[in-house]
Amino acid sequence: MTGANAMLAAATPLLWVRIFASALQVVAVAVGGPLLLGLMGKVRARAESRIGPPITQGLADLRKLVRKEAIRAEHTSAVASLAPLVLLGSAVVASAVTPLLTTSTIITGGGDLFVVVYLLLMGSVALALGGLDAGTAFGGMGSSRAMTIGAISEPALLVAILAMAVQAKTSSLPGIVAGTLAHPAWLTSPQWILALAALAIVVIAETGRIPVDNPSTHLELTMIREAMMLEYAGPDLSMVTAGEAMRFALLLGLLVNLFFPWGVDTSRSVAALLIALVALAAKTALLAIVIALIEVSTAKLRLFRIPELLAGGFVLAVMAVTAGLVIK
Amino acid sequence: MTPSLMRDPDPRRTSTFIARSELRAEFSALLARGFRLAMIAGHDDGHAMRVVYVLCAGQPDRRVELQVRLDANRAELPSLAALSFSASRFERELADLFGIKLIGHPFVRPLVRHQHWPETWHPMRLNAGPPPQMRPDAPPFPFVEVAGAGVYEIPVGPVHAGLIEPGHFRFSVVGETILKMKARLWFLHRGIEKLFEGRTLVSAVPLAERISGDTAVAHSLAYCLAVEDALQIEIPVEAQVLRAILVELERVTNHVADLGALCNDVGFGIAHARALVLREHLLRLANEITGHRLLRGAILPGAVTLRRLPTETDLAEIAVEVHDLISLATSNTVVMDRFRGTAVLRREDAEAIGVLGVIARASGISTDARVNHPFVDLGVGFEPVVREGGDVLARFMVRAGEITASLRLISELTGRTRSLKVSAGEVPRRGGSGLGITEGWRGAIVHRVEIDSSGYLTRCKIVDPSFLSWPALSVALADTIVPDFPLANKSFNLSYAGNDL
Repeated sequence: MTGANAMLAAATPLLWVRIFASALQVVAVAVGGPLLLGLMGKVRARAESRIGPPITQGLADLRKLVRKEAIRAEHTSAVASLAPLVLLGSAVVASAVTPLLTTSTIITGGGDLFVVVYLLLMGSVALALGGLDAGTAFGGMGSSRAMTIGAISEPALLVAILAMAVQAKTSSLPGIVAGTLAHPAWLTSPQWILALAALAIVVIAETGRIPVDNPSTHLELTMIREAMMLEYAGPDLSMVTAGEAMRFALLLGLLVNLFFPWGVDTSRSVAALLIALVALAAKTALLAIVIALIEVSTAKLRLFRIPELLAGGFVLAVMAVTAGLVIK
Repeated sequence: MTPSLMRDPDPRRTSTFIARSELRAEFSALLARGFRLAMIAGHDDGHAMRVVYVLCAGQPDRRVELQVRLDANRAELPSLAALSFSASRFERELADLFGIKLIGHPFVRPLVRHQHWPETWHPMRLNAGPPPQMRPDAPPFPFVEVAGAGVYEIPVGPVHAGLIEPGHFRFSVVGETILKMKARLWFLHRGIEKLFEGRTLVSAVPLAERISGDTAVAHSLAYCLAVEDALQIEIPVEAQVLRAILVELERVTNHVADLGALCNDVGFGIAHARALVLREHLLRLANEITGHRLLRGAILPGAVTLRRLPTETDLAEIAVEVHDLISLATSNTVVMDRFRGTAVLRREDAEAIGVLGVIARASGISTDARVNHPFVDLGVGFEPVVREGGDVLARFMVRAGEITASLRLISELTGRTRSLKVSAGEVPRRGGSGLGITEGWRGAIVHRVEIDSSGYLTRCKIVDPSFLSWPALSVALADTIVPDFPLANKSFNLSYAGNDL
């Protein structure tokens, strides 16, 4: 055990500080997700010479949906009602343990990369089951497509982060982030750069952005993630939408922190946490703007080309791991 | 010399009464001579029924009408379905609206008539009366069920999430590949042909403009040409030039919107946004030219009135924007990859179905009413834009090419006229029947009118190219994947309202 883990173990802060830090992360992700999506919508609208809805529209929509009457599709089982809870719950837990603002979250030594990746996967599977439950053609189609994409993108996500874990000699995400802060040279190593490319592709696929999916389409037949939510309304839909927005913010936050960790709090003070919050907001906003600008200038891939793109991501991830083992 | 000046008698059109027994032979002889079936129009003359078969051929422009009289008590006709697919569709329409029995038709299932219409009610009959009570519940439409391992059905519509007309699509799919797609249309029957009956010639123009809202000019022009043909009104060349400018402007506006919509359907938002901006410029220009954004109100029987002509500056600005839009789309490799090879309509299929307009020209068929049935001389340089591919890309490129060609045409035509208001004078009060053919932006539009001696319409039969082209969509979808359907459908962009009158 070198650097990172020893450093973490040396100064585990008080429990209440860690609880506060995790709670702040969850709130930041929950509020930040809709805001990031709103920001992207705004950038897109401006690029297309439109005014576009305000950045806070996503939050206003959630507020509206929560107040609505709960309506469920006919013939749905408990799966349909549990899916939004599992999706939202998994996003909340993942937000609490991922090193977004601080490297010491609520669970000591938590935030293992396998835990976070499978929490995200759990949300995906829950949504896919929810999409299937109403028995409609669109829901089934969306679930089938999402699972096809997930089957290739999740391993790529895992392997890409694994490449960094090999470098940091720990599978704990806080450990990896703390390690890069201590050794910034890692960031320019081949495995880190290859992993960045792989992760970027995975994040686009997992969050259903162009060129993999088009979140703004109204054409049911072309939808992937959106198709799974068609049968949801009111509070259920607000949970699904919030869960999806949180997953988006979480993945974006993880991506920026793995490749640009500065600003993440390691000193365990409340002031440092607030600085970390500002830093995270700035970093993710910048990345969101870049993604939005790329989205505007590209088109959606043919469905059968998406596996090719994702396979490319997986190959990059495998290369990252190999590079880490070969290049010392 | 334009053909429209050569009048009285019209050398292009012949109309003959034949016996029921001669129909098949006459019809197949005309088909063999290269004529296409443009229309089958039913008529209820009170004491007898009459069916008019209109066949036409281009270069030189020829229109042949075969009329068959039927005893009202024995409304039966030999079916021509074996000779022409288009005929089989017209005949099903005839059976639904007039209650004429087609002997030997292989597929007499209702076309226009939805299940809740009473089976014995034929709205185009003179004694049809007001619409009866519709049955609240009716047996479901008998979709052909595709069976096999892993085959499932996706029902879409008739109510869609976007601002599109109503239509139900039933996909039989295995995995993501479409095995069969059945389009169940006819949710829009407004009885528009019935509404023409008894109208004065001028008061029917607003109706013609609303047959398919996006094709106001081409439909109202086809109607006016038919009326002028019936009354043998001589139209000054200058008026026809002004009318041609409007038709081309309508084509440019709609094609621009289609190019943008095609880009939108592959998620290429920026091109869509730019197309919408350009379309808005064109609509405002249309408003300045005619006083209406959709170019309504400018064309009347025997007359045309504009407020101003498009200037060279207008056209140059539009041409630059169009060029930018097209190169934005064609330079994007993902967009081109999505378009290429998607929903291929082979030439043989397009010919067999009798497809018209943009879709036919994208499958290598050089058919264009501006060449085949010109009402104004478009100059020696005019040629239809034809592509061979038959895929979404070919249909995109035909539209792109036609925009450029139309802009050039508008520029040339505006150079030929100085006046804004041309009229052939008072519309004479006499009876007759006439045919009008125009190339709308979707394809050839045919109107046939009959006018009684006091100047009222007794019948106006309308054929929008969508009526003939819709079946081609299902054929082109074979081996296409489900998520490409919206793109394929948009590349056809057929009218639901023009199809279901």
